[in-house]
Amino acid sequence: MKTVIEASEAVALGVKLSRVKVCPMYPITPSTHIPERISDYIFDGEMDAQMIHVESEHSAASALIGAILAGSRSFTATSSNGFELMYEILPILSGMRLPAVMAVANRTVAAPINIWNDHSDSMSARDQGWIQLYVESSQECVDTIIQCYKIAEDKKVLLPTMMCLDGFSLSHVYENVDLPGQKKVDAFLPSFKIEDKLDVKNPKTFGPIGFPDTFMELKKQQQDSMSNALEVIKKANKDYAKEFGKSYGDGLIELFEMDDAEYAILALGTICGTAKAKARELRSKGKKVGVIRLRSFRPFPVESLKKATKNLKGLAVLDRHISLGAKGPVFTEINSDISETNVFGYIAGLGGRDVTLEHIESVFKDLETGKQSKEWLL
Amino acid sequence: MKELKGLNYEEFFASGHRACAGCGEALAMRHIMKAAGPNTIVTQATGCMEVVSTPYPQSAWRVPWVHGAFENAAAIMSGIDASLKAQGKREGVNLIAIGGDGASFDIGFGALSGALERGHKFTYIATDNEAYMNTGVQRSGATFPFASTTTSPGGKKIHGKQEPKKPLPFIVAAHGIKYVASVTPANLLDLKKKVEKALATDHASFLHIYCVCPVGWHCKSDTAIELSKLAVQTRVFPLYEIEEGVLKFTQKVEKPKPVLEYLELQGRFKHLNEDEVQKIQDYVNARYDFLLSIEGKKAFDVLF
Repeated sequence: MKTVIEASEAVALGVKLSRVKVCPMYPITPSTHIPERISDYIFDGEMDAQMIHVESEHSAASALIGAILAGSRSFTATSSNGFELMYEILPILSGMRLPAVMAVANRTVAAPINIWNDHSDSMSARDQGWIQLYVESSQECVDTIIQCYKIAEDKKVLLPTMMCLDGFSLSHVYENVDLPGQKKVDAFLPSFKIEDKLDVKNPKTFGPIGFPDTFMELKKQQQDSMSNALEVIKKANKDYAKEFGKSYGDGLIELFEMDDAEYAILALGTICGTAKAKARELRSKGKKVGVIRLRSFRPFPVESLKKATKNLKGLAVLDRHISLGAKGPVFTEINSDISETNVFGYIAGLGGRDVTLEHIESVFKDLETGKQSKEWLL
Repeated sequence: MKELKGLNYEEFFASGHRACAGCGEALAMRHIMKAAGPNTIVTQATGCMEVVSTPYPQSAWRVPWVHGAFENAAAIMSGIDASLKAQGKREGVNLIAIGGDGASFDIGFGALSGALERGHKFTYIATDNEAYMNTGVQRSGATFPFASTTTSPGGKKIHGKQEPKKPLPFIVAAHGIKYVASVTPANLLDLKKKVEKALATDHASFLHIYCVCPVGWHCKSDTAIELSKLAVQTRVFPLYEIEEGVLKFTQKVEKPKPVLEYLELQGRFKHLNEDEVQKIQDYVNARYDFLLSIEGKKAFDVLF
């Protein structure tokens, strides 16, 4: 069914279609419309689920632990400082191997307090054991939420998964969305089952203390599962395409005009729309340029990226976050893994600063001349 | 040996855990679980009991048990309650969230308050040994006045903790819940009765359990029961219930022993001078007088 909806509503509908049973939620701009829509569904009786009106994001993430271990598919959403308040619980959810799904309406973190978009909330949590998928459109929101459960709950993975959508520049944007039907979603995503759970008939202990003799093995298992997730994400994307006719590159990265490209921009989320528009314009002038959209930041798809960039003369990475004292995190990782390509790193769009067609043009120009004129797209 | 009728002889908090000799909190765990029985799910905050009972791959817990972090036992329990409800599996299961005084009075206070306000049906048990024992006896909001801890030492200039205990049970009662009670591990039948009453409450309920810590209190490891009894007899730890907003004593102390008898058994008070002992006596008297002033009255509004 085609309908014009806000991306936040697309997220909420993805949650409803996934038959989520428990939603511990705490409002923070710009993720607020997600719990608002889910509340509408629950309070109007359209969605059979429990909303927990937690008193903080810390408790939202904590309630996910209990909700999942007691046997329910669960969801929350957050942004920015709320995400930061959850921080302690993020590696606990991943360390306990709980397939939580969270939408992050990306917003920068204070100070100065600022409600607008960049990726500094989720990017800062790149080491906390969560799968991170970055989306670009409302359609991708509904499709990806459903895929997130498919990926997180896969026995080869069992890792929490966050779907990151740009605050305001996507979360509050209305677009045409083709909604999948409930029956087909049910077939794609079977009802929630968890083998190890809180059950009085079969008592188990969760969250024990792990001493140095076992800790590293458990961390390695998480890393191995992250590696497994690369294939599982690709498969979810492929299987979803088969059922619903929508796909996003190979699931890990999406390529635009890359077949014969000499120069390319790599970015995440909504910047890619602007980059694609400029690339299309430059193509009409005979320039061989393209765009790589990184959909999966965790796990980091080294092989897909190597393949996509092997014939490039130059690659520019646009980071919407800076690891202060170092570089943009995506640039740093690309640069270490794709060492054979000439890579420029740019810091762009912090705290909601627009990334314009002019910015993109100047980056393509840098690539063509082989000289980086600036690092910050101010 | 005197037979204690009605106590469950089955153990759900098994022996072999790694608690210190004479730990009052481990004793509390054991008897809470005896009273709660097998159809119980426990969430526990980070702290001594979590550490001593679950050194992976061992566990002392014979009921489903989960630990997440220091300040979120009540929040995890909120998730469990909602999850079981969502599946139609909530009936017949006891939910108990346990935190020490650090987890309950201080760092997890917000999560506890939120869970109480939302009306989850669960019992929160604050095991109070009056300091952060697991991290090495640091001052908490529940530390007894003038007690020496590693961060409020009985110094040359400042003699221990200078502030009163946070009145957590009353703050909890002010959330409008139906059952709040204080208990010690010295009176097992009283403990059993209160745990059962708490679990039978149709919304949230709260127990404040006095737990002797020989290591933190610098008392002998065979004094947990003696001190538990003395705490009641000196009015340091009054035993009461607040049911439907009305406070009643479950053990009234008509002729209290002087607090000095309680203080002198514990090294954490050895730095006190006579003046300070008197101040503690006054503090204890005033707290008890307050309880007497609300005894039998509807002191707390009931919202659930």
